[in-house]
Amino acid sequence: MATETHHHETAVRSAFHPDVAGYEQVNRDANRLLTKPGKGYLALLGMSIGLVGLMVIAELHNIIYGLGMSGLTNPVGWGVYITTFVFWVGIGHAGTLISAILYLFRAPWRQSIYRFAEAMTVFAVLTAALFPIIHIGRPWFFYWLLPLPSQRHLWPNFRSPLLWDVFAVTTYLTVSSVFFFIGLIPDIAAARDSATHPMRKKVYTVLALGWKGTDREWRHFTRAYLFLAALATPLVLSVHSVVSWDFAVSIVPGWHTTIFAPYFVAGAILSGVAMVVTLMVPVQRIFGLGAYFTPVHYDRLAKLLLLTSLIVGYAYGMEYFMAWYSGELFERDVFWDRVTGDYWWAGWSMITFNAIIPQLLWIRKIRLNLNAFFLISIFVNIGMWWERFVIIVPSLAHSYEPWKFMNYHMTWVEASILMGSFGWFFMWFLLFLRYLPGLSIAEIKEVLPPPMRHAHDAAAHTAQVDASGTQVDWSGYTEVERR
Amino acid sequence: MSKLRTGVLGVFAHLDSATDAIRRLRGDGYEVTVYAPTPRHELEEALETPESPVRIFTLTGAFTGTAAGTALATWASIDWPLIVGGKEIIALPAFSVIMFELTILLGALSTVGGLFLLARLPHIGPAEAPMYHPSFTAGHFGVFAHAPRDRYDAVQAILSEAGSEEVLVDHR
Repeated sequence: MATETHHHETAVRSAFHPDVAGYEQVNRDANRLLTKPGKGYLALLGMSIGLVGLMVIAELHNIIYGLGMSGLTNPVGWGVYITTFVFWVGIGHAGTLISAILYLFRAPWRQSIYRFAEAMTVFAVLTAALFPIIHIGRPWFFYWLLPLPSQRHLWPNFRSPLLWDVFAVTTYLTVSSVFFFIGLIPDIAAARDSATHPMRKKVYTVLALGWKGTDREWRHFTRAYLFLAALATPLVLSVHSVVSWDFAVSIVPGWHTTIFAPYFVAGAILSGVAMVVTLMVPVQRIFGLGAYFTPVHYDRLAKLLLLTSLIVGYAYGMEYFMAWYSGELFERDVFWDRVTGDYWWAGWSMITFNAIIPQLLWIRKIRLNLNAFFLISIFVNIGMWWERFVIIVPSLAHSYEPWKFMNYHMTWVEASILMGSFGWFFMWFLLFLRYLPGLSIAEIKEVLPPPMRHAHDAAAHTAQVDASGTQVDWSGYTEVERR
Repeated sequence: MSKLRTGVLGVFAHLDSATDAIRRLRGDGYEVTVYAPTPRHELEEALETPESPVRIFTLTGAFTGTAAGTALATWASIDWPLIVGGKEIIALPAFSVIMFELTILLGALSTVGGLFLLARLPHIGPAEAPMYHPSFTAGHFGVFAHAPRDRYDAVQAILSEAGSEEVLVDHR
């Protein structure tokens, strides 16, 4: 069918994707991600799998020789494992923010980056879920965490934040996986319809569940998707709140504060947005997706990062204010110790990387410079890991009576598992890029002006003709950004 | 709800031509199945699609979850009563987290269940309309008019007049 010629009749373009000519181009570009990978990809995948192997070896040491292989001891019973758990759960939050919260807000710049972000969420939570299981020391008993009937009528303690966390994280993993897969169905169908490799065609046919894009399917799909987004929104805010209560409900100095829930949620979104950018920039460069990840997308992500960085910076300051204003000796001591004690370097890297360096994003030139933004996102990733470390370890190592102060040192087993967690995460992400549609084909089309025979019908009231004669649909842009 | 198993498929490159065809066909009393690469409100308006009942599944699932969370935490706490610090055995503020999480979990799962049931996914058995074209997941809109064989000519005329690029007839 001669489709190309017809699109020229109505050259209305979306202001978010001025380089995308029409519906078919989205399919072509998305399918490009699914073609044969290069050597660079295989090298990255090999490296990731290698790191996972390292993690397996380290975990075998944990299992065979016991948790003594880690640096955990009294009084520091929570170390790198819990730090990394909180870190990865936090990473997931930006994905749900972009996929669900921005969906409810009808933010049109969400569409092209949402699939990456949602995939990142699923894989980050999948990574996070490893850590409580590693941390309990006898992973084969992990099912003791679940409320299963036992002969002795023993149930987990429903008044404990640790059990709330089990419920929050498993619910989060389930709901974000479901949301991810439901969103994928129409795009897998698109991949099925254009697949040439017989094996791929078969697998996509099964995964697409027979989707054809009929009116019946879309009618229920759009509603179901809306409700899933509406359910995921309070869920994501609850998950890191519950994680923060693991700390805040206890009476350990440095943990026992009421600001922990919003502070953790803001930190989670900060780290998650940073990870989205860390993933987006290389993917855009390698696959040439500049038409989809435009300066507007980066600009808005940068503003989100800046906002959450300010909230986190405010929380840092407020913690010190509360320690001082409460007059509580142990509280003051822990906070003073954070920036002057044995872990001063961790405390300062957290403040520098999370609250100070992101302030560079106030400058428009830096926001729109991908290299600079990428670098800042890496700093934030590192800083947010240190934030969790600073909250957990120095508080435990330096609380109450001086005779029980004891520092904690990471062992090679913990370091390997930490590195392995990145390998595990990137392994899933790389496999996702290669085998499932990385661009949300159907949803990007929602923000593209539909092909019209009579141009005045669609979006014409917001469309303007620019110098080159192409019409641009400005809906969703603010006045400031148009200038 | 079963539609006729025979009919004619029109392939459209333009959304407004497709909605035009839908309006004309429905005006003449034909049932249609519409294929679209992306959900468009123009199509829903032309089809006068009623509100999807998925929301009933969401609501039922969510309330079931709240009840399940309350029941699980309460019953398990009573099954082995353990008083800590003189506090209530049934501690609703603490249980509210469990209630909330299960509300979301069962609400989401039952929404998906509702979607699968109503949209007939995964699709097994004969398709709703016997004809399909792979370009419907790329850039084309499809309008399949369910019509008896003796009305094929009339339907073809409507589809072509509306601006169909290609009209495919089910000749089985």
